[in-house]
Amino acid sequence: MIKMQELRKDFTVRVKAGRLRREKRTVAAVDGVSLTVEPGEMVGYIGPNGAGKSTTLKMLTGVLAPTSGEVSVFGLTPVPQRTRLALRIGVVFGQRSQLWWDLPLHESFRLLRHIYRVPPAEHEARLRRCRELLDLDGFLDTPVRQLSLGQRMRGEITAALLHGPKVLFLDEPTIGLDVVSKQAVRSFLAELGASGDMTLVLTTHDLADIERLCDRLVVIDHGRVVHDGTIEALHARYGSRRSLVVDLDEPLPPGFALPGASMGAVEADGHRVTFALDGSSAGAAVAGLVAVASVRDLSVVEPDIEDVVARLYQAG
Amino acid sequence: MGDLRIYAALAGGKWRSMLSYRASFAAEMLSNLGATVLDVTTVFVLFRATATVGGFTLAEAILMTGLTALGFVLADMTVGNIDDLKRYVRTGLLDTMLIRPLPVLPQLVFTDLPLRKLLRVAFGAAVYTLALAANHIHWTPARVLLAVLTPLGAALFFGAIFVLTASFAFWWVESGEIGNGFTYGGRDFTSYPITVYSNWFRDLFAYALGFGFVAYQPALALLGRTDPLGLPAWAGFVSPLVALPAVAIATLVWRTGIRRYRSTGS
Ligand SMILES: Nc1ncnc2c1ncn2[C@@H]1O[C@H](COP(=O)(O)OP(=O)(O)OP(=O)(O)O)[C@@H](O)[C@H]1O
Ligand SMILES: [Mg+2]
Repeated sequence: MIKMQELRKDFTVRVKAGRLRREKRTVAAVDGVSLTVEPGEMVGYIGPNGAGKSTTLKMLTGVLAPTSGEVSVFGLTPVPQRTRLALRIGVVFGQRSQLWWDLPLHESFRLLRHIYRVPPAEHEARLRRCRELLDLDGFLDTPVRQLSLGQRMRGEITAALLHGPKVLFLDEPTIGLDVVSKQAVRSFLAELGASGDMTLVLTTHDLADIERLCDRLVVIDHGRVVHDGTIEALHARYGSRRSLVVDLDEPLPPGFALPGASMGAVEADGHRVTFALDGSSAGAAVAGLVAVASVRDLSVVEPDIEDVVARLYQAG
Repeated sequence: MGDLRIYAALAGGKWRSMLSYRASFAAEMLSNLGATVLDVTTVFVLFRATATVGGFTLAEAILMTGLTALGFVLADMTVGNIDDLKRYVRTGLLDTMLIRPLPVLPQLVFTDLPLRKLLRVAFGAAVYTLALAANHIHWTPARVLLAVLTPLGAALFFGAIFVLTASFAFWWVESGEIGNGFTYGGRDFTSYPITVYSNWFRDLFAYALGFGFVAYQPALALLGRTDPLGLPAWAGFVSPLVALPAVAIATLVWRTGIRRYRSTGS
């Protein structure tokens, strides 16, 4: 579905060197990315600011010509076959509106129907679905310039879907949204993905988006892929584990050990103990504990993806 | 052509957006007309001082001015909107046109319906028609054809210049008004008989860049005058063809430019 082979994009920038002289400097925004995305995959594409995420998406959508390397979507080469590709993909740039600024939202949708030559019945059906799921009805008649960011983003996502694309590229679709709007966007995208035939590539700085939506996580830094796999694989690689925190009536007997778990912090004079689970299930660990001690309370703490990713960015 | 319907819909959208700023629309229409009227009156003022300019009478000179004005406003009305390109390039807004299943140039150019420029076209056409009447032209079928084709050729030529100079923005984001300086300079050049300009300047603009074939040369052919600068009589009759290489070059530059587009960080 999507293939990138040693994809690269250099930007030459002129920087001041001395009073009048200007020097050319080359920045490798994307520095040899090779990735394949299969139909139906939901890929989270993350990385620190300036990592090259947006630049990659622009090369995938035909906005930017690569400096070198190969890229294809649906077997089409984005820049030379841009207009054919455009009919089959949906694009949302969170930072840049594609709607008609001075027209009511529904007018933008009507114009898009013409641009993509969507038969009226199909258009109606898709629009109806978006109106229900994204709750658009309250502001369909409002000029786009008067919409709130969250309302507009829901409009943008609808606009990207009205021609029924099977591949959707989203560059920071949740940027600047409040918790409720984020949830709305996420569950809508999750529903799209659940149908199984929608391929989705999404960049974000909110890792909750990824946890909720993506089974595959690609991390880039300085234009290079530094991780490609599931979130679990990322945790495994960086040794982050779930942990079990127990409150006990009495401290554990000296020399106590749980199979498949290692003892971490001991607090409150031995009344609170944290175990890192590396192999054992939470259930087995609890069973092992109640056999020797009286457990007053317990909680299982999921590893924090933010921490892992922060460590990953710092390593780069 | 299904595409035409798309652009008509887009133009309609633009039109409705504009109606939300109704007052500025009227003001723009008037200032637009004012600019063209001023161009023509400049020629009259010039002839107040002398009876002939560069060997041409007022009526003859007005024929060139009228041709230029009509060709230019036609081009301005259809593709003048491309002047916006530099803003789209600088802000990276061109991204949103590149993800649409339509070529970028018509998206930029045909999605505006500059009715505010219609008054100018009417004015240009009036000046041209009056100049044709005032010059006692000896009409032949070839001259009739030339009289019709010349403004169209001029429009194509100026259209090409509009596209060409706007494309500078792909190489030089801060191109500002330099492109416009060239476009409007070219228009002013062809508004007068080119015999008034000094040699090297005339050679460059009239012959190397082709502006001499927009109005001057065809006007000679219409008037039946021999060229004081020595080109044969048939040169005037084929002049409208100069639009073709101009369009070809503009297309090439545009295509090269758009591949250089680099968006902005986001
Ligand atoms: N049009 C441009 N001209 C010059 N340099 C650019 C341009 N666009 C991007 N860059 C540079 O390329 C690099 C990658 O930028 P990009 O916008 O792809 O980052 P990103 O991963 O999307 O970052 P963010 O999370 O901040 O959006 C940055 O160093 C940026 O400065
Ligand atoms: Mg970005």
